[in-house]
Amino acid sequence: MRLLKLVPDNTNIKFLKFRVPFYVVSLLLIAASWGLVLTKGLNYGVDFAGGQEILATFEDRPDAPIPELRQSIGALPEIGEPVIQRFGAENQVSIRVKLPESVQGDKEAADRIKSMIVGSLQSDYPSIRIDGADSVSGKVSGEFREKAVYALLAAMIAIALYIWIRFEWQFGVGALFALFHDVSLTLGMFSLFQMEFGLQIIAAILAIIGYSLNDTIVVYDRIRENLKKYRRMPLPELLDLSVNETLARTVMTSLTLLVALVPLLAFGPASLFGLTAAITLGIFVGTYSSVYMAAPILIWLGVNSNSFVPQETVAERQDRIARGGEDPAA
Amino acid sequence: MLDFPRWKKIWLWGLTLVVMLAALPSLFSTANLTWPEALPDPTVNLGLDLAGGSHILLEAEPSKVAAQRLESMEESVRSVMRRAEPRVRIGDVSTRNGSLSFMLDDSSQVDMARELILPLSNGEGLIREWDIAVVDESRFVLTQTPQGVDNAVTAAMDSATEVVRKRIDSLGTREPTIIRQGDDRIVVQVPGLEDPEQLKALLGKTAKLEFKLVDQSALPSDVAQGIAPPGSQIFPYAPTSDFPGQSLAVKRLGGIKGDSLVDARQSFDQQDNEPVVTIQFDQQGGSKFAKLTSENVGKPFAIILDGEVLSAPNINEPILGGGAQISGGFTAETANNLAISLRSGALPVDLAVVEERTVGAELGADSIRKGVLAMMIGSVAVIALMVATYGRFGVYATIALAFNVLMILGIMAILNTTLTLPGLAGFLLTIGAAVDANVLINERIREERNKGRRVVQAVENGYREASRAIYDANITNFIAGVLLFLFGSGPIRGFAIVLILGLFTSVFTAVVLTRMWVAGWLRKSRPSELHI
Repeated sequence: MRLLKLVPDNTNIKFLKFRVPFYVVSLLLIAASWGLVLTKGLNYGVDFAGGQEILATFEDRPDAPIPELRQSIGALPEIGEPVIQRFGAENQVSIRVKLPESVQGDKEAADRIKSMIVGSLQSDYPSIRIDGADSVSGKVSGEFREKAVYALLAAMIAIALYIWIRFEWQFGVGALFALFHDVSLTLGMFSLFQMEFGLQIIAAILAIIGYSLNDTIVVYDRIRENLKKYRRMPLPELLDLSVNETLARTVMTSLTLLVALVPLLAFGPASLFGLTAAITLGIFVGTYSSVYMAAPILIWLGVNSNSFVPQETVAERQDRIARGGEDPAA
Repeated sequence: MLDFPRWKKIWLWGLTLVVMLAALPSLFSTANLTWPEALPDPTVNLGLDLAGGSHILLEAEPSKVAAQRLESMEESVRSVMRRAEPRVRIGDVSTRNGSLSFMLDDSSQVDMARELILPLSNGEGLIREWDIAVVDESRFVLTQTPQGVDNAVTAAMDSATEVVRKRIDSLGTREPTIIRQGDDRIVVQVPGLEDPEQLKALLGKTAKLEFKLVDQSALPSDVAQGIAPPGSQIFPYAPTSDFPGQSLAVKRLGGIKGDSLVDARQSFDQQDNEPVVTIQFDQQGGSKFAKLTSENVGKPFAIILDGEVLSAPNINEPILGGGAQISGGFTAETANNLAISLRSGALPVDLAVVEERTVGAELGADSIRKGVLAMMIGSVAVIALMVATYGRFGVYATIALAFNVLMILGIMAILNTTLTLPGLAGFLLTIGAAVDANVLINERIREERNKGRRVVQAVENGYREASRAIYDANITNFIAGVLLFLFGSGPIRGFAIVLILGLFTSVFTAVVLTRMWVAGWLRKSRPSELHI
């Protein structure tokens, strides 16, 4: 039986030839992402905005009366504009109402509004089935936001520190930058398409960070190995070699993850869709950033073949020169 | 490197099997099979987002604890001063800005008054709970120390947790989880409960019951404007009472609190057959109640629940039996709820519902069904890809993957952790990491073969060289996982737990176990060519 080979042996693709234009484009994308996040904002779900989300199934109807609902729920007092979308099957909806500013300080407002909406639904549509109801007060949602940001920052910084210790500081900076790139672009994407952003998406971003990191470390490990092996090879060439050597692995791993994720996107539960979509996107972004963000930055940060060779002391050097060794300083 | 002595093999297989066995009960329960009762069955708890149920986060209002403390301090001070021999007369009592201040009528009693107050101001273990200051020779100012307020809040939250537990148990729901969280929160999780309204109605009531004498000197016009005579305070009538919208002035001090109850039951009034709540005091409360009613026959007293007047009947005769009846426009259900709340004791602090999540069992089951289907399709695709690409090595990798999944489940069952939807994302990432480890190893073996190394050496180098990147990647992810667990909240923690466990199992299965299998195969069949 002949085995499948997705990537031929000994590829020699000049990945880093276009590093400058790619870097420019990526930096622009990062800037655009943050611009979007800061101007257009993220479409926070109830976890982060406070408010309530209700999932309901209209058991005796083929599809949900969304316009009708929009009107009847929008007319309730104390409530802002509801977001009503199909969720899962044709007759299932998700109804989302954010906490209006006026009740931000009122701890129990979210809970009260929820009871009101559920009551109204049940009296208008007696056969409705409430599948789920979340209500989050303004204070708790604020804490969720704060904690999510702390968790992300702490994780990213600790990762960078570890890589600094295991490799060199340039690698720590590179990995941190690649992670920053991935997180920025994911946030930008969520802002652009105004996809609901909740705690689950934070879990997805963490998974993306994890995956992207895996990728970056595999490439870095090979760079470190090659730096020791080919002492005289120019760095851009060495980086290209390292990326090419790990290319088969990169393609294979990404592909296996994709074949696992696509069925989840197509057949998985609706509640996992946002999370799976984010991870799927993250696989592309993460792979790209390992090659085009994490690797070239090493050139500009001044990594060289001495990075992983113990520095010789002045005495050792004099000793070596005295024995007839070459003097690189001369 | 590829040398596996017998003891090591036994040890590795033993560990694998034990952990995998622990996963069996969980698999049985998700497949709706019954697990033999004779065997221990630690199972993975499914989070409410997968199993269905209600999650409620209650938050206390610590400032109210401080206010209550001030009130009870005032009562204590008055009573020690009154009981002192000779009696210490005080006046101009004020409870503004969180401190209690009062003036002695006779400034020569300062030292005596200080002696009397001192024991009240210290908490357990010599912690000063109140600061005492004397200003202008005869004015005492008692200020709550932050430590004192903290202690009071902690104590209040501890007993509130107990009260919540009692009330929920009275509903007869299955396996509720009730946990103190942080300084001022209580988490309540009830699997299977899809309509938490009754639960919330029960928990939302403080059930602070008070009996206070009505101040008959108060002018109705003043009361309507909210002006209380000195020594009195105004409470509104409850919406269900006979005078909704009106208020009543009652004497501030000298009443009885409902915390000395031993029993409360819903029953019906013998005269008009209205639902009422019958309560029974303990001995001390009973004698206080007897004293109050005998001294005030013919006068009305107010029954006040959570700051609202339920009713204000006249005391027709002294009530000596230690029991009483509370009426106030109840339905059978509200009377029963009140009885439950009273039986379980008053909440020492108001609790507000600040987060509530309810997932219908239908939705949870649907999530699991669809998730399992999607994962099965995904697994078949991954297996096909791995075997088609790496042949025998791909087979080893996929068996290791299956072991990995079972081992995570097993460890989660042993540690009794909870699997949530974000946890499933953690699973996914772990599986990705495990696949990646094998891809790294196998690609490395290919490389080594291409360089012309001999079979055994290629495999050995492959494992050794790939391990470095695998360990580095896993350790960084582990660091990230630990930080996420420390800093994250609910769902993020669910993700972090699976991630952390999965890193260990994926290294164990993808690196250690496959190496043992490959080594066994190399030893047995001594191949001269590798198909990889």
